[in-house]
Amino acid sequence: MTRQERIATLKAASKERILILDGSWGVMIQKMGLEEKDFRADRFARHPGQLNGNNDILCLTRPDIVTSLHEQYFAAGADISETNTFSATTIAQEDYKLDEGAVWDINYQGARIGRGVADRLTAQNPAKPRFIAGSIGPLNKMLSMSSDVNDPGARLVDFDQVYAAYRQQIEALYEGGVDLYLIETITDTLNCKAALKVIMDMEAEGKEKLPIWISGTITDRSGRTLSGQTTEAFWNSVKHAKPFAVGFNCALGADLMRPFIAEMARVADTLVAAYPNAGLPNEMGKYDEEPHETAHELEDWAKEGLVNILGGCCGTTPDHIRHVADAVKGVTPRKPPERSKALRLAGLEPFELA
Amino acid sequence: MKQTTANFINIGERTNVTGSAAFKKLIVDGNFAEAVNVARQQVENGAQIIDVNMDEGLLDSKAAMRTFLRLIAAEPDIAKVPIMVDSSKWDVIEEGLKNVQGKAIVNSISMKEGEKQFLDQARKALSYGAAVVVMAFDEQGQADTAQRKYEISKRAYDLLTGIGFPPEDIIFDPNIFAVATGIEEHNNYAVDFFEGVRMIKENLPYARTSGGLSNVSFSFRGNEPVRRAMHSVFLYHAIKLGFDMAIVNAGQLDIYDNIEPELRERVEDVILNRRADATERLLEIAQKFRGQKGVEQKKDLSWREKPVKDRLAHALINGITEFIVQDTEEARLSVERPLRVIEGPLMDGMNIVGDLFGAGKMFLPQVVKSARVMKAAVAHLLPYMEEEKKRTGMADKSNGVIVMATVKGDVHDIGKNIVGVVLQCNGYKVIDLGVMVPAERILEAAANENADMIGLSGLITPSLDEMVYFASEMERLDIRKPLLIGGATTSPAHTAIKIEPMFTKGPVVHVLDASRAVGVVSQLISEESRGQFWADIRDKYTKIRQSRSGGQGKARVDLAKARSMAHKTDWASYSPPKPSFLGVREIEADLATLARYIDWTPYFASWDLVGRYPMILEDDVVGEAARSLWKDTQGVLQRMIGERWIKAKGVVGFWPANADGDDVVVWADETRKTERARFFTLRQQMEKTNEKGQFALSDFIAPKGADYIGGFAVTAGHGELEKAKEFVDKGDDYSSIIVKALADRFAEAFAEYLHERVRRELWGYAADEALSNEDLIAENYRGIRPAPGYPSQPDHTEKKTLFDLLGPTEKAGIELTSSYAMNPPASVSGMYFSQPEAVYFAVGRIEKDQVEDYARRKGWDLATAERWLRPILNY
Repeated sequence: MTRQERIATLKAASKERILILDGSWGVMIQKMGLEEKDFRADRFARHPGQLNGNNDILCLTRPDIVTSLHEQYFAAGADISETNTFSATTIAQEDYKLDEGAVWDINYQGARIGRGVADRLTAQNPAKPRFIAGSIGPLNKMLSMSSDVNDPGARLVDFDQVYAAYRQQIEALYEGGVDLYLIETITDTLNCKAALKVIMDMEAEGKEKLPIWISGTITDRSGRTLSGQTTEAFWNSVKHAKPFAVGFNCALGADLMRPFIAEMARVADTLVAAYPNAGLPNEMGKYDEEPHETAHELEDWAKEGLVNILGGCCGTTPDHIRHVADAVKGVTPRKPPERSKALRLAGLEPFELA
Repeated sequence: MKQTTANFINIGERTNVTGSAAFKKLIVDGNFAEAVNVARQQVENGAQIIDVNMDEGLLDSKAAMRTFLRLIAAEPDIAKVPIMVDSSKWDVIEEGLKNVQGKAIVNSISMKEGEKQFLDQARKALSYGAAVVVMAFDEQGQADTAQRKYEISKRAYDLLTGIGFPPEDIIFDPNIFAVATGIEEHNNYAVDFFEGVRMIKENLPYARTSGGLSNVSFSFRGNEPVRRAMHSVFLYHAIKLGFDMAIVNAGQLDIYDNIEPELRERVEDVILNRRADATERLLEIAQKFRGQKGVEQKKDLSWREKPVKDRLAHALINGITEFIVQDTEEARLSVERPLRVIEGPLMDGMNIVGDLFGAGKMFLPQVVKSARVMKAAVAHLLPYMEEEKKRTGMADKSNGVIVMATVKGDVHDIGKNIVGVVLQCNGYKVIDLGVMVPAERILEAAANENADMIGLSGLITPSLDEMVYFASEMERLDIRKPLLIGGATTSPAHTAIKIEPMFTKGPVVHVLDASRAVGVVSQLISEESRGQFWADIRDKYTKIRQSRSGGQGKARVDLAKARSMAHKTDWASYSPPKPSFLGVREIEADLATLARYIDWTPYFASWDLVGRYPMILEDDVVGEAARSLWKDTQGVLQRMIGERWIKAKGVVGFWPANADGDDVVVWADETRKTERARFFTLRQQMEKTNEKGQFALSDFIAPKGADYIGGFAVTAGHGELEKAKEFVDKGDDYSSIIVKALADRFAEAFAEYLHERVRRELWGYAADEALSNEDLIAENYRGIRPAPGYPSQPDHTEKKTLFDLLGPTEKAGIELTSSYAMNPPASVSGMYFSQPEAVYFAVGRIEKDQVEDYARRKGWDLATAERWLRPILNY
């Protein structure tokens, strides 16, 4: 299948059923107890500083692990698995002093590995096509939030730098063969808008059009993103990209995320996706929510017609995904509402001139 | 006009260096902290968007734009509103877009340099996710005539939509030019603008219009009063034609009706180009006004000589706080209670404000000012009202709890605050959550405060959708509280058509203004009147819906057809056994026995803990609360049983009966000759797509032969209120509520227990039944016990017939109120049917033919029948 054929298949599937995304990678990698040498391999044997903990680099140094995780999540019933590239931007990798070439390679190889697994499994069972989403994380530097408590105007990066970093990541993911882009764990909508501009610019330059999935993060019960926006303001700020899907992930477990997903389901005239954490972390930083508990909650959402795509974030495992996939099997996916045309703007709060 | 005004958007102009010398100085001097305050004031004064412009030769405009936008991003009070990034230089605009996380407006792009650049910039704006203002400007220059304004806009519209630019994100600025300049060609500029706006709005779907208002009065620089008058008159006429937004000084808009009449007429002549000498005539009188400072007109204090009532109204309408305390005090001394000042002159003044606003003669910023005055007046009165409350012993009593909030996305709270004050003054406890409150928070507060009702307020049109959503959340979460809807943008029609259908579990009431709030709240609070009031409101809204939809309700089958489709009960294979006795017996039960029959799920639900018992005790969300309540409840329950706080009493009876059409005849004895009483039942008239017939309760009684009907009335309410009050008097509301909730559960348990005894021994039609409590709760038993007033027989008056047969008032102390509610409240009554095919069903809505038939059978006139059947009328 060509990429456009796969995308058509994905869109068709999204109308028929609730699609399943994979779960947490961090928790799975953590469980393996990898050592510094696993992160270095030959290529980075003499790289300065520690690399242990830079999970994305495993795309280059332990591709077998990355392959295996895609396989485990697909085996659990996921339709979509994410590339292992959450932090693979020049800005985020500055901490590990990785150069542009290495960052490009992580994204490109990450996409290739996922592509290979997905294509192999799809060939084995064409009735269950598998897709690879290019993971585009939030960066550790924000465009709307001050970096200095004494100077509200201070920023460590500007829009053009963020744009350049995302451009490099997104082009590599594109070349590596991802089926869709997943801009995720968005803490600052302006960062996200830079990534969206990259994608829209690439399309304008003649690159293939790939579906965009935008996943923000509501940080707590206040119902706002870290940069202060409400659900509807967030949607108003990103809807120009005509995303394939929009929703939330991370920070909250399913129970606390529910009102914000319900709100998104109400305002967004596109697919709604959610992949909450396995509850809130305990005192030890571990997630206790059992797979059947996650599945129970998400099944309710599905039955109430709130969502089109479900998966897991921090603390979830293939077992969680298996339970979720089983629980929502046969449930009719949400039908996006038709919204009247109106001038809808946003500050931290939504504005509508109806 | 009301809609138009409420939808008119004020864009704050003061953060524009080209429009404000003061702001320019702050920016040039690098005093950004103070510049940020200018933005804040604009938002506080009612700007819904703020325009930011740094086009000044002395400045690095890009850097100034970046710095300023980053600084206001850190101020939630300011950053909540969208930004209009304003510059004549594209690179400055682009710098602005790189520093705004929300969805902004670009002001502006145009075809001045040709189509290519225009479309390039539009595409860029789209890739940053911004809406655009398009100036009516092309290669030939700025459009001055209406026709050119429209033609350029049309061309731009076609180009933009051609590249996929969303039409709803296009805002046309058809150029507001100065009038009364002395140049004849300029005289028609405002009229051309109006006509251009009209043509754009009529022909370019979804597009909006905007403009810089201060241009129009440019020739009167230095004469603020005349300029303001020109702005008000201009807006008054433009908004009527669909003008959507203007860049204005949000703190300074005059009220059309308050412009000095001579000035207004001459300004109107100029704006509307009504006479050749209009400019001269305006100039003639303009000097008189020079130097006056706007609406407050400090020189003209003649209004101070008017009676205090008029002074208060004047202050409210004009937003003058200067004399408000002294006037309020004077008014207070002239009436017997401080509340009368609010209910009287202050409310009168606010009503005028509301009317002017509704008529498009006042704008949001002015209304905000009026509210400020109102708040100052109320703040002055509050201590006196507190003092009065203490003196009259009303301090701690609450007639009911009302949680109020202005809904998410809306900042309007005048009406709500007034309503709150008025309600508090009438002894209600008001929990005001403030403005911009999301649905979850309101619901949480309503649960925590055990509110009797929830009041939502909103002024702007999007609030209507939020209210609809809120209603649907109440429905989903099964919150059976009345929902009050108020605020300028709300209406009975909207409430009826959009909100009420979303929420069926409690009353939804549109409250027209604060003066009606007390009446509405008191009727909803009173158990006596609530049902009828709700029925009336529902009836009213149903009628509104029907008249709006232009047709009848859902299609129903006519009564004759419904009867021909009646459920065909198989009497051949069922012979009803004779009950162990005929007539009525008193019955008592000990609480320890009844406790085993309690269905605990509704008990938790009564505490807003949603979930099935016993799983609820382990629930992730409410488990802890449920366990804690469970523990406390068990403590109260033990004492309640051991110390016999309440007494369970009841009556049960059986009589020979036969169906007669849709009626059930109750015979005096087994000879079945003398009619003792007659139950009237209602038949479903719904269009059915399944095999089921149209049910009526009479279907479950044999038309001939030996059949019987039973009846019961039980209560667990004796002693309840006294005990509950004891707790309240000790300040222990918690235990008091537990007592009441338990009494309700005991009454239900008594009905369940009694029904089981009826099935197994008293009637004995299911002598060998062996069901667990779970089975009972799931109604897995044979036969039914429907109650008048519930879905299978919605007519409460049938309770009277039942009571006449049973005599529970004498035998068990259960009374019927005038609305056929049972007192004590912890009481349950119903009828028994033994037929195995008997099921609980809902009659649903019925047609007039059945109402007429029912009235005839019951010996009522049609109006009486309609009154009692109002909730189910399908017309």
